[in-house]
Amino acid sequence: MIPEADILRIDEPELTASERLYLPQIAEGMKTTLRHLGNSLFKSRFTVQYPEEKRDLRLQNYRGVHRLNRDERGRVACVACYMCSTACPAHCIHIEASESPWPDREKYPAKFDIDELRCIYCGMCEEACPVDAIELTPQFDLVGRTREEMILDKEELLAVFDQTAAMKPRKNPHVTGYAGTGNRSQEPPLALGASAQ
Amino acid sequence: MRDFLTSQWGVSVLLAFVVINALLGATAYCIYFERKISAWIQDRCGPNRVGPWGILQPIADGIKFLMKEDIVPNHVDKPLFIFAPAVIFLVAFIGFAAIPWGGQLELDGRLVDIQVTNPDIGLLYILGVGSMSVYGVVLGGWASNNKYSLYGAIRATAQMLSYEIPMGLCILVVVLTMGTLRLEEITLRQTGYWAGWVPQWNVFLHPVAFVTLFITALAESNRTPFDLAEAEQELIGGYHTEYSALKFGMFFLAEYAHMITASAFIAVLFLGGWHLPGVSWTQPEATQWYAVLAKVGVLSAKIILFLFVMMWIRWTLPRFRFDQLMHLAWKGLIPVTLALFLLATGLLFIEHQRSPVWALSGNLLILVAALFTASSSRLRVTGRQTNLPTIMPSDDLVRGDRMEAAL
Repeated sequence: MIPEADILRIDEPELTASERLYLPQIAEGMKTTLRHLGNSLFKSRFTVQYPEEKRDLRLQNYRGVHRLNRDERGRVACVACYMCSTACPAHCIHIEASESPWPDREKYPAKFDIDELRCIYCGMCEEACPVDAIELTPQFDLVGRTREEMILDKEELLAVFDQTAAMKPRKNPHVTGYAGTGNRSQEPPLALGASAQ
Repeated sequence: MRDFLTSQWGVSVLLAFVVINALLGATAYCIYFERKISAWIQDRCGPNRVGPWGILQPIADGIKFLMKEDIVPNHVDKPLFIFAPAVIFLVAFIGFAAIPWGGQLELDGRLVDIQVTNPDIGLLYILGVGSMSVYGVVLGGWASNNKYSLYGAIRATAQMLSYEIPMGLCILVVVLTMGTLRLEEITLRQTGYWAGWVPQWNVFLHPVAFVTLFITALAESNRTPFDLAEAEQELIGGYHTEYSALKFGMFFLAEYAHMITASAFIAVLFLGGWHLPGVSWTQPEATQWYAVLAKVGVLSAKIILFLFVMMWIRWTLPRFRFDQLMHLAWKGLIPVTLALFLLATGLLFIEHQRSPVWALSGNLLILVAALFTASSSRLRVTGRQTNLPTIMPSDDLVRGDRMEAAL
């Protein structure tokens, strides 16, 4: 048996006179709905007529479809370090690294696939990337007919960059200007790719 | 031929054809406006894709109802299952026959009634046809062979039986005041003026009866807050759970047709039907064709006003609990309407049945008495029932606590 001291007895609040009469409360409620009706008819609407109008998204931190950034020479900025696929909680990033054809880095991604259906759009990959090569874009209307179509490969992710680079320029491009491996932090911040600001 | 067309018989046939089609369209557009009003009240836009402002939405809905698969489940009572929507649809649409739409029309020197039929018992006819709509609900619930549908049907029966009493008493008040059962006659007797400008509408004689009749009309047409028969949350739609396609569409349309009948009925009984004070076209003497059109317009405007209030109420108030519903009918509305009935009889006895001072002061007295009783009584309409024993923890619960302690 629960000890009496532990029981908290709550009394139902007494109804006020107007609540007992019921009708004043009905009038009050109908006033509220009439106000909403008038507002939607004659004043602002909250609804956005989607295909015709689109909301202004916060471009810098909206988390939509991914893109793989290009560096200032148009090459894929990714160095195939696997940080993003390790950080990914949904395990949707699949990278195959290969030796870089360029002298300024050791590896580059031979394959880079993101399963957009598995992705939960948390942005952890973007947080994890040491060279800011993977970013999420404000593009949200991704559609496909099959599951396979929704797995974006490297070329498609680079194409997303080409489509969205104008509306959302790549952030911190200076960190991917590699003068040599390992001394990235000593680079003068605005010497290369000053397009960030 | 011309002789036939200008006779009462010809006009009635033509009018029946026009009215039934106009009503089918009106019910479809009621659904559109129901959706629009619900949207506006909830800060949404409502249907706006089919045609400009979505006005072709009812047509799209109609096509959808026609094209959908009409499923008749294996376990249902087939004849009754098919019969039920037909009954509810039929009775919802034949009630209009006795509504006086537009006074009289002069055709080739003869006066014809703009009314499909003008029986001596027009009021009783509408009342009788209106109460038959519960048959559709009950048959649908029974034929579905589904316990939830049956619950819905049983609720509908109890509700209709309870609310028919205050409704009948309110109508009796009008009958006693007017001294006739003919709806056209009731309209005509409301076309005079008091003090030269106040129209002699019954709403100015018995406002309490008017409000009560409106509440019971909501209950009779199964509208929120009285839609317990089709409570989505606990009964999954109630009596029409098993219905699909056009059969469901018939239940759906019938509800709106019932609302329109109820509105037209109240407008005729209490708001003077097609009469509008100060407009010469809506006086009983005006019998030209344009006057008739104006009268039909005035009655339609009154109906639309009622429909709007019904929809507005639907999207404002939550549903009653069943005991509250019964409380409201048996302990609230029936005593009030009985008092009103007594008042009307008394006024008739002293031959002051059309005197606004007497009737209004009587109404005020009844209203004050009702409000006083409601606010001072412990057995009120809303809230929890206070005369029930408090729930004590059962033995099982105590044993469970012991087991918990032992663990």
